[in-house]
Amino acid sequence: MTDKVHHLTSIFAKFLDVVGKRLPDDITHKLTELRANAAPGLERVVYDSMFDNMEQALTLNRPICQDTGVISFYVKAGVDSKLLPLLKESLTQGVKEATRSSPLRHNAVEIFDEKNTGTNIGERIPFINWDLVPGNGVEVEAYMAGGGGSLPGRAITLMPSAGYEGVAKYVFDTMVELGVNACPPLLIGVGIAGSAEIASLLSKKAILRPIGTKHPNLRGAEFEKLLADGLNNLGIGAQGLPGQAFVMGVHVESAARHPASLSVGVSVGCWAHRRGTLSLREDMSYELLSHRGVSL
Amino acid sequence: MKKVLHTPVTNEDLQDIKVGDVVYLTGHIVTCRDVGHRRVIALGQDLPYSIAGKAIFHAGPIVEPTEQWYKMVAIGPTTSMRMERFEAEFIAATGVKVIVGKGGMGARTAAACREHKALHCVFPGGCAVVGATAVEEIEGVEWLDLGMPEAFWIMRVKELGPLIVSIDTHGNNLFETNKALYAERKEAVVKEIAEKVTYIK
Repeated sequence: MTDKVHHLTSIFAKFLDVVGKRLPDDITHKLTELRANAAPGLERVVYDSMFDNMEQALTLNRPICQDTGVISFYVKAGVDSKLLPLLKESLTQGVKEATRSSPLRHNAVEIFDEKNTGTNIGERIPFINWDLVPGNGVEVEAYMAGGGGSLPGRAITLMPSAGYEGVAKYVFDTMVELGVNACPPLLIGVGIAGSAEIASLLSKKAILRPIGTKHPNLRGAEFEKLLADGLNNLGIGAQGLPGQAFVMGVHVESAARHPASLSVGVSVGCWAHRRGTLSLREDMSYELLSHRGVSL
Repeated sequence: MKKVLHTPVTNEDLQDIKVGDVVYLTGHIVTCRDVGHRRVIALGQDLPYSIAGKAIFHAGPIVEPTEQWYKMVAIGPTTSMRMERFEAEFIAATGVKVIVGKGGMGARTAAACREHKALHCVFPGGCAVVGATAVEEIEGVEWLDLGMPEAFWIMRVKELGPLIVSIDTHGNNLFETNKALYAERKEAVVKEIAEKVTYIK
């Protein structure tokens, strides 16, 4: 391992440590708002536990949730950055290091061998998605994809005749059937595209957008709001028990579709939405954009 | 006042408890999830430790090995519905009295809870540090070949909770009842949205 890889590895390990133990600012803010509106009784009991847990996680320096997930990175990599060739190895080693030091739960089970590797490293895992951008900056989005939040994930390709009405119905069907078990209040990502794999990937990218951001198209933003308000009108609350807020928000990401197909992907983030955004300069100085005032 | 159940739990302890009640558990609870259930029911293996009158936790914890033994770092529930396929037979075979997990379970589990007098409870998901601080001691571990999350961790806990009763010994099933209600409301909401999103013209 070169010195640079070593240094980057340690930055990413510390980054993952923060992501596992402290929720990003937008999520904390949203949960605080929802807690204030929680119905007396069971919903209040659950929110009290959630906030007690977040506080104890910081005091005792432990991961918020035992399921620290399959580690995924969504990287916006500046094509001129000298760090580019070092990122894959450093991210992977960073996962290995955080698994020991944080610690993170072992969540990589090899397909067919059906063995847990015990390191969180496995075939194509950590998952790294690359977006090449101009310039020399690097932005790493880390996401801990827990099992509970991954279970409701699904995609379908509809006939265009189903329309956006069909998209809305698919999201509601998925959420009422599966979302209730995925630790609400949820952040819902919807991808709309012309094929299932594009829609799926976009649905995941959608839940990485900070709460409060909107789809750039006016109809897109309207669609997000209609879905979010509708899901919050079902009477479902924290942990799928009766309550006020089923979702923290609905985010839609889209790609132009084929005239003959209308695909929908759905991804879910649980209330313990462990996401972090790290901006890295070429000299390896960095800024933690998702958690203001927190140092690594 | 906190309602605390102590293991071994008897049928009488559970008879007045209803869905929606909040209880706490003191005594012995073991983690048992996907492969654990499969081993006992589908593969016919014996449980390595008797859980009659005790509790199971649908959970895969973070456990840290220490020089002497193990430390519970984080433990919270996993989705109980994954165990639905095996749970009814598991309750009958083991005599387990309290099942802790998250989300609801199905009609077969509810029927088994009524017949064999057992509860299913929800521990708030994602509250793993609250869970871990209720663990007084890890008393043993079996099936470590399955890896940390799937191993059979035997724990002594003090006032583990809040546990929200989702299936009681009378066969009431909170999530199934609610699900029907949610589905009904869903139809109306989707219809309303559909009228506003006729973007393809």
